[in-house]
This record gives sequence, C-alpha cells and structure tokens, in this order.
Amino acid sequence: MWGRIGALVLRHLYLYRRSTTRLGEIFFWPVMELLLWGFLTTYLQRMQVPNAALFLIGAVIFWDVLYRSQQAVTISITEEIWVRNILNLFIAPVRISEILIATCLVGVFKALAIAVILGSLAWLFYAFNLLVLGPALVPFLVSLLLFGWAVGMCTMGLILRFGQAAEALIWGVPFLIQPVSAVFYPVDVLPRWLQTIAWCLPSTYVFEGMRAVLRTGKVDYGYLGAAFALNLLYLALGAAFFGWMLKQVREKGYLARLGME
Amino acid sequence: MRVLPVDGHRQEGHEGDSAQTSDQDWQHWQHRKNPHDQFDAFPGARRLAPSRVPGLESTRLKRAPGEDSEPTLTASSPEPVTPVVVARNLRKSFGNVTALDGVSLELGRGEILGLLGPNGAGKTTTIQLLLGLTTPSEGEIRLFGLDLTRHRREILQRVNFSSTYVSLPSNLTVWENLNVFARLYGVRDPRRKVGELLDLFGIPEVRNRVTGALSSGQQTRIHLAKALINDPEILFLDEPTASLDPDISAKVREVLRQVRTERGVSMIYTSHNMAEVELMCDRVMFISGGRVVTEGTPAEIVKRASSRSLEDLFISIARERA
Repeated sequence: MWGRIGALVLRHLYLYRRSTTRLGEIFFWPVMELLLWGFLTTYLQRMQVPNAALFLIGAVIFWDVLYRSQQAVTISITEEIWVRNILNLFIAPVRISEILIATCLVGVFKALAIAVILGSLAWLFYAFNLLVLGPALVPFLVSLLLFGWAVGMCTMGLILRFGQAAEALIWGVPFLIQPVSAVFYPVDVLPRWLQTIAWCLPSTYVFEGMRAVLRTGKVDYGYLGAAFALNLLYLALGAAFFGWMLKQVREKGYLARLGME
Repeated sequence: MRVLPVDGHRQEGHEGDSAQTSDQDWQHWQHRKNPHDQFDAFPGARRLAPSRVPGLESTRLKRAPGEDSEPTLTASSPEPVTPVVVARNLRKSFGNVTALDGVSLELGRGEILGLLGPNGAGKTTTIQLLLGLTTPSEGEIRLFGLDLTRHRREILQRVNFSSTYVSLPSNLTVWENLNVFARLYGVRDPRRKVGELLDLFGIPEVRNRVTGALSSGQQTRIHLAKALINDPEILFLDEPTASLDPDISAKVREVLRQVRTERGVSMIYTSHNMAEVELMCDRVMFISGGRVVTEGTPAEIVKRASSRSLEDLFISIARERA
C-alpha cells in the first residue's frame, strides 16, 4: 500500500521538480497576498486599530494553508485529467483510498512549505511571529489541513462527475467558505442566521481560536475540540460524497470519457 | 438487407456453453507458435525475459492458482483450458441509449481478439467494462476465472491497457513516468525493467528525455512500454498504431507479436486498419449497434459473408447499420 502511495506522491514531486512555473505558483499567490494584507495592516496599525497586524497576518497565513490543502487534493486529480493520464491510474491496481492519501500528503507538503515561507516573511517584514500561537499552532494547522481535504474530496467528486466544466470549482469553492468562516473578522460581525452556519464549519473555530490566542495568550481548547470533531464529520461526509460520485461516474461511463476528452 | 451469419450462441449470450466455441479458433491460438514470428522489430532490440506464466511453453493452458471458474475443454485437447476473459451477456445503457446489448465474449490465453465495428458500435464500451472503468447494467465479467467486481485489484495487477487517446504526463521524463508506473504495479527492479522495455522498443536513448518532447511514434512506444511494465497476461490495446507511420506501425506490431509469442500474452485489440487486424488477430468480433454481428477468424468471417475482404465486410456492416 505505502509503495503505491509513494509512487503517486513521487509522480507529483517529479512534476514540481520539473516545472519551475508550478513550483513558483505554490509560493507566488500566498506571498503576494501576504504582502498586500501585511502592508494594509501596517497602515491600520498606524491608525491605531489594536491587534490588526496580528489578526490579519495570522489570518492570511492560516487561510492559505486551508486553501492550498483543498487545492492540492483537487488539482492532483485534475492534473491527471488535463494530461489524459487518469485512465492509466484507474486501471492500475490502486485503491481509491491510496489515491486520496497520496493527494492529501502532497497537500501536507505544500501547506507546510507555505506556512514556513509565509511565517518567515511575516516575521521579516512585519515582526509577526507565528510561534506566538504556542502549542496551539500545530493543532490549528492540522485542523485546517483536514478541513481542506474534506472540501477537496467534495470538489474532486464534482470534477469527476461533471468533468472540465466543473474545474472553476477548484478555485471557487474555498471562496464560498471564506466569508462564513470569519477569516478576517470575528464571527459576531456576521448576521445572526449566518453565525449559525459559521459555527457549523471547523474553520470558524480555528480562526476564532487563533484570534483568542493572539488576544489573550491562552488556548481555547473548546474551539480546538469542536474543530476536530467537526473535521471528522466533514471528512466522513467528503469521503462518502466522493465515493458516491465515483460510483455514478462508473455507472454513467464518465470516467472513460474524462480520460479521453 | 443482407443478413450476416452469426455464431448464435455467442450473440445470445447463453451461459455455460464455452465448449461450443469454435474449436478451430481455439486450436489456432493455442498452437500458434510460429518460429517465423521470432524477430527483432527494432534494431538492437533485446529479447524479453523468460515468461513467468507457468505452462506457456507447452501452449497447454492450465488453471492458475486462485482461479475459481470451471475449466473448459477443447475438442482437440483432453486437458482443461480456462479462457482468461469470459464476459457473458453484457448490457450497458446510458439513459435511453443502449450501448451494449447482450455481448458475450471469451479470450484464450495467448490469443489476440480483434474488436471491430464502426464508430459508436460499442467497442470502447466493451473495453471499459472489461477494465472495470464502467459498470455493466447487466451481465457477468470474469478475468482469470475471477469475478471482476469482487477481485478488481488482483485482476488489474495482471492486465494493462494502452490507447492512442490516453497519454502519460508530458512534462515528466520517460524514466520518471515509467518509474511511477513500475512502482504502482510493484515491479521489484524498476531500473532494470524500464531499461529492458526501452531496449525492446529500440529507444533506450529517450530514457531521460521529457515525454512531451518525443515524436508521436516514440510516445506511442513509451505508452506501450508502460502497458508492458507489469508483465501483463492480458493487454487491452485501443487503436495502438492509429497515429503512427507505416514503418513504425509495422515495428510496433512486430513487438506485440513477439510479446505474444514469447510470453503468451492475450490481447484485445481494436483498430480501424483492417489489414492490421488480419495480420494481428487470431479471431475477430464485429460489433454494431451494441450487438455482436459476426465473429471468427478473419478468413472465416470474410468467407462466411461472401465478402471480398475484411475491409469490404466492415463497410457493409457499417452501412447496414446506417
């Protein structure tokens, strides 16, 4: 099993090693976002908005971890459709779970690389130390990775089912979640009905938890626990949805069409 | 409308009648081990390693361990033989459209079966069903005696597929691509295996080149190398020479025949090149409108239909349908 997962991971590492454009793309957008938001928050801080820099720069880094984690899962599969290699994978003796684990591992590498690069740049440019989050940092990041995978599995299922027409979802779905997850503002600024939805998302607990640590210096383990419990639920739902879509795709013959179109 | 002769028991898809299959055909593929098939297709091409399939050298077919279907008998051989592929009464509908309507087929070990038919006849759907890419609406598929639904991964470990319409990632080198697939199939020594396959296809020099930068002839051979990476016992080849010039096509055919002769690999082969089909296939099956119209050796079905050639027969079947 791990040999096959290793082979699938290797396939993506080869791609990044061979394509400087792809490699650059991992870092380009997050760095650009960090610079834009970072300088904006510097300005806000000058205007004496308390903790603005901490909240916004922390949010930018965390959001990118979630976003790239979701993208790693979906782009890995979409990449195989683009290069007409997906049938080769699906006729190999590989379990679907192995494909999912491999794409999630690629997501971990990407997210870790992003967290390290952005964390370093934030410290360099804005004197923001990501390590100020203390022991909660790793569970927060893991929680975002898990939610990214769950969203990624749903997106991937839709792409398999609806083909290249659904590719816009790779970039669009995270931005459906962003406003409700209270990434850049506290959840209580949302209308009450939207707050109810927001508290159903694990990402909301992570961003609220992050702000709580930055504000008080203490970790709210209630937020962490709720985020992990919801993540388990969303991962199960994501896997079930992906499995259901795959079954549909096999029944309707879309897989072969996807592989050859 | 002219009615083409049909092997009724196959078209109807009755179960348990594999012993009625054309005995001449079975003898033909079982004993086809012509010394003239031994050649080097590409200059400097190496022989394949000895077959790992037990019993192939004697061309007697035996039941492999774990194969759970009953072996069948041919008239000429008292020993039991097991077809490597048995599909019975396959039906596939996509909404109101019936893509396959009661197709049954068998493939013997070392046999090359040509699936022929006009565009949209159901050939590709048949291959998709046999590879488990699409689930049949009705019918049963067994490969190596194992039920495809329940033993999909074990079966896929022993088969492979190549198609003109499927590619390998163009931005990876040949070695990287083949190494990934070698690992996916659990090949013990990918370096040796990849070298052996590149030698077989006469292109060892492309090993470190980016796949997308190769000529279409080289890319097709790399894809065929990928299809042989796991020493498959069954190869599904969907128009494998469609984009090649006549010289490279001939060389590819030679390699495929060599692989069949030396390793006893069974093949299901689709092509629109009737001359190629006559050269390659022991038996052909015409599909039109999702049904088997006729099957037999190329010579047999041409004679049976009083056609001048396989190509004429193809055209008449396609036009009847239209």
